[in-house]
Formats: sequence, structure tokens, C-alpha cells
Amino acid sequence: MATSDELADAIASMALFVDLSTPELAGVAHTFEERFFPDGERILRQGLRGSGFHVILDGEASVVVDGEQRATLSRGDFFGEVSILLGEPPVADVVALRPLRCLVLDGPSVEAFLVAHPRVMYRMLQAQARRLRNANRWRS
Amino acid sequence: MSEQRPERPFPPGDYPLVVVGSGPGGIQLSYALGRLGIDHAVLSADEGPGGMFRRWPFFQRLLSWTKPYAPAERGSPAYERYDWNSLLADEPAHRSLMPEFMDGTSYFPSRPEMERNLVAFAERTGVAVRFGTRWTATRVEEDRSGERFVLVTTDGEYRAGAVVFAIGVAEPYVPPSPGLELAAHYADTRAAESYAGRRVFIAGKQNSGFELASGLLPWARQIVLASPSPAKLSVNTRSLVGVRARYVQPFEDHALGGGVFVLDAAIERIERAGDGPFQVSLRRTDGAGEVSLEVDDVIAATGFVTPLLDLPALGVATFGQSRLPAQTAWWESATRPGIFFAGTIGQGAAGLKKHGQPSNSGAVHGARYNARVLAGHLARTRLGRTSQPAAIPPDGLVDRLVREVTINPALWHQKAYLAWVAETDPDGEFRDGGIQPLAHALDSGGGDALVLTLESDGQGSTYPVVYLRTVRGVTEIVLDGDVFLDFGGASHRRALEDAVRRLQSGGSRASNAAHLPATG
Repeated sequence: MATSDELADAIASMALFVDLSTPELAGVAHTFEERFFPDGERILRQGLRGSGFHVILDGEASVVVDGEQRATLSRGDFFGEVSILLGEPPVADVVALRPLRCLVLDGPSVEAFLVAHPRVMYRMLQAQARRLRNANRWRS
Repeated sequence: MSEQRPERPFPPGDYPLVVVGSGPGGIQLSYALGRLGIDHAVLSADEGPGGMFRRWPFFQRLLSWTKPYAPAERGSPAYERYDWNSLLADEPAHRSLMPEFMDGTSYFPSRPEMERNLVAFAERTGVAVRFGTRWTATRVEEDRSGERFVLVTTDGEYRAGAVVFAIGVAEPYVPPSPGLELAAHYADTRAAESYAGRRVFIAGKQNSGFELASGLLPWARQIVLASPSPAKLSVNTRSLVGVRARYVQPFEDHALGGGVFVLDAAIERIERAGDGPFQVSLRRTDGAGEVSLEVDDVIAATGFVTPLLDLPALGVATFGQSRLPAQTAWWESATRPGIFFAGTIGQGAAGLKKHGQPSNSGAVHGARYNARVLAGHLARTRLGRTSQPAAIPPDGLVDRLVREVTINPALWHQKAYLAWVAETDPDGEFRDGGIQPLAHALDSGGGDALVLTLESDGQGSTYPVVYLRTVRGVTEIVLDGDVFLDFGGASHRRALEDAVRRLQSGGSRASNAAHLPATG
């Protein structure tokens, strides 16, 4: 359980939100919804439309493609944005490895949120660039 | 107390199941359990049925409509689409009670009308409640039969292997913001006329804040509403998310400069010297700096939390500002098995929230279906009532799908949340899996199944969706919508026939989400 102020404090140190002022963090905490996923619960479902953008507050999640575990996500990591940005269903399941708390923004609200918070968009772009670099290293 | 009312049901003791609460959630669940023959006790701190509707909404008019005259016949399942406030009954005489108590001045029942509707349902269907019994504490005991919950109440102790809490999200909540403790909570708002000519600051821009603002428009001199994020409107989200249309008038007043101001701002501090005016300092979250204002009254429309007492100490995890218990798809505590939730607390089992569209579990018209599903689940999993689901003849499945998608009000009111499921048995025969939580139906594995929902994309379109669940994964088939929300026509029938054929031919891979046009 967290109040909006506690959530704002919790996300202040996350790379995604590190550039935001205190009032902006309060706005983010108010805009996103906190959700809890029990151990083993599926959060994103491969091939199913309509999922949201998730930022992990606490816990761990597994990225699973066609039944094969590909990565583990933890506090400060985020997922779900690729399918929203591309307007396509997710290409992976994301499953809670242990009880997971997330901040969630529904898909239809993501574009307006990023446009209104360009520094968050920049940090998201940085994270995507790192993922792309790592994927290229893995392939080479 | 018990000496004064010897006729009260459910004296302290051992029960297979105890339900706490006598609002619509508790009453609906007890009714459904009773029709399944499940022995259970119902306890309530109140003196009569109704829960929050015994007192609120503050301005005594509901947000949920009931249309006395609708396209479907009163008492039919199809009528439930237009009646958000009646509880569900098997007996025709007990269905669609709400219109009976409405005086015709509004299709939003008044609070007293809603209370009478709930009281009548409990009385006519014979739902028994031990009123005036307050649950005060909880502990767990273990004996040879396993773990049992002990509910300590003002009348004594109740023991049960499973407990359902239908206690509402009803405890006034004020966030720890400097000076906000000086405010009156929504629950303590005075009579409207006492705000005549006064300047009122309302912290919170959800329905409760706008309800107060709407009610104070004829009285207050100035109304300022503030919260950190922009207010959403239900007409824009096309869901129950956001301020309902009934309360939008203050927005128009704000836009046209009539004395209402709607701000996106966090409260920096609220101060007051003696009985004088309040000084409110705000930080705009839209980057426009700080604002200070002087007002005569401050009201915290900052919501309510779930009155869970000591359940968190027993391991019931909560989340969010409303301190909702984290739940499985079947409304069981995700962290403390054996503790279940019904009524508006069921919104803690959020489901898939596809396209950001929430379930209606927080309202009567969603929770009433959850209660019926939960009763069946408790009967099967906690009370040993198992039965073989009825077989569906192969040539009858499409007809059944058409009927469910056209009429079943559980699918209509709980979009992308409750689903009708046709499961295959080891012989390949289809069996009626009934209404299940969609998240369970998709993720539970088991044999091949066809899972049917109605869904909405938040852009104004409502359409059926069929999920084909096989050992290889889940395939989503989205059918077209219909401008008149009629999914029983020839094109939808053909699309459903195609979906059945696909499942019978082995479905397809999870990544192959498909869109089958239902036109032509």
C-alpha cells in the first residue's frame, strides 16, 4: 500500500523519472495506477491486444517468449511500451516471479503522457537504445 | 444486545463459511450461496441491509441508472443491461426490483429508493443477516481439520474455514498532506445551505469531489477543486473511469468563468489561524508555479479505504491508495488463502483491464455477477460441491455462443473480465464451463476451451471476442462491433461458426492473434 506521496518518493530515484520535479512526480503518481500481481500471475500475454505500460515498484517478473524465459525484470524496469508504441500485441508473456507491485498506465494514455513529459520519453529512448545495443552485442 | 433480540440468526459458533457485510455485495453473495444450498452465516455491524446506501451518496442520488422502460422486458436477463441497481435472483418475482421503488423523477434512483430496493430483496428472498454484530478482530487457529479463521465480534466468536468480507471501501481517508487534517472529509460535509456565500476548496477531482461541487453550485460563492493530475471524464474514457456526466456541470462553470476553478495542483500546505479563513498553498503540476488562496471551508474529497482491521497482520497484502486487498482472479486474498472478498472490494481483482478499460466490480452492476460466480467457486473449492458440467451438443454450440453474447448480462456488464467458457472434456465433447473470470479462463490451462467475452476498446466500440485456448497457447479472435450493439446477426454467427471450426481443427499459435471480420 502506498499513498500518492509515497509513490512519488518511490519513483523519484528511478532512471525513467529522474528528471522530473517534485510536483511532476506527484502528478505521475496520481496518473499511474498501482497494481499488485501475485506470484505466478501473467501480466502481459503474448499475442493478446490491449495491455498497459508497467513500471516495477517492487518484485521480479520474467519475460517469456513461446514458453522460454528470456529475461528477468526488477525494480525500476518497465515493460509493455513496445506493443503500445507499435500498436501490436505483445510478443512475450510477462509473469510475476514473486509478488509484484507495478505502476501501470493504460495503453491509450501512454502517447499523451510521453508527449507531456518529454524527459521521460528521452529516458525511455535511452533505455531502448541500451536494450538494442545489448541485443546487437548478443548477436555479434 | 443478543439478550434483547433472541430471534437473531447465526449465534456465535462454527460455520462452514462466514460472510461479513450486508451491503449489496454481502446480500447478493448470501442469496447465491443459499440457492446453492451452502450453509453460511452473515454478520453485519449495521441495523439493516444496504451498506453504504444507508447513508451515501451525500446528495442522496445514485450515479447508476435503472431504466424503468427499456428495450427488454423487465425481469428478463436482457433487462439487466438497463438496470444497474437490482440484485440478481433466480425467481422471476424477485428480479428487477429497483423500478418498483422509483418515483419517475429520474432514472438515477435516489438513495432512499436504492435502500428500499436492497431491503426488499433481502426480505423477499429470505436472506438472513445477524445485524448489530460488529467484527472486531481476527485470528487463525489450527486443528486436525486444518486452518480455521476466528472472527471476534461484539456478540462472540465465529469459526470458519473460509471467510468472505463484503465490508465496502467505506473508511474515510485523508492523505498525509500538510494541513489537510484541518479539512472536513467528504463524509463530514455539512448541509448544503450552510455553505451559502462561502468560498470552498475541495481537495480531489474524482466523482465525490465533483458531486460536492455540483451540489454546492447554488450555495457556494466560489469553488476551487484541485488534485495533482487532470480530471478524467467518463464520456471521454467511455467507461466508469472519470467524473460521471451528472457531475460535469462544475466543469462547464469553470470553462465559462462562473466561479468554479478546476486546478491540476498538489497541496503544498493548508493553514488556519483560529476560526479564521484557511490559507491554501498549491503547487501546479502543469508547470505553472505556485498558487495561494484564501477560503472559508476545506473539504477533503480524497476517497475511502477498505476497513480491513487486522487482516493485513494476518498476511493480507493491500495495494493502492484505497488499500484494496490484493486478490486472485477468484477474489481470494493473493497472500492469505481462505479469505475472500465480495462487493466493491472485488475491484482489487482487476483482471486484464484491456485497453485500460476497468471492470465494473466497484459498482453493483458488476459486483452482483462476481458474487454469483464466487458463490459457485466457494461451493466447488471450499465446500466440496462438485458436479459434472452439462454437455453441449456439437450442433448446439454456435447457437449457445450467439445466445450468450447477445443476452448474457454478465458478459455485458463485466467486459473483458467475466467470460462464458465452453471446455472440452477428454472425449472431445464440449461442456458448459459457465461464467468464469477471464484471467482464470485464459491462464488456467486444462483442456481446449473456447472463451467468449464482450469487450470495449475505449474508443466507442463494443465487440465480441473469442479466445481459443489450446495446449499451444491462446489465440484472440476479435469480432466486429455493431452500431446497435446487436451481436446476434448472421455475420456474427458466421464468425462464431468459424471460431468453433478453428478450435476443432486445433486452434493456432498464441502469437497469431487474428481479426475475423464479421461483415458480409
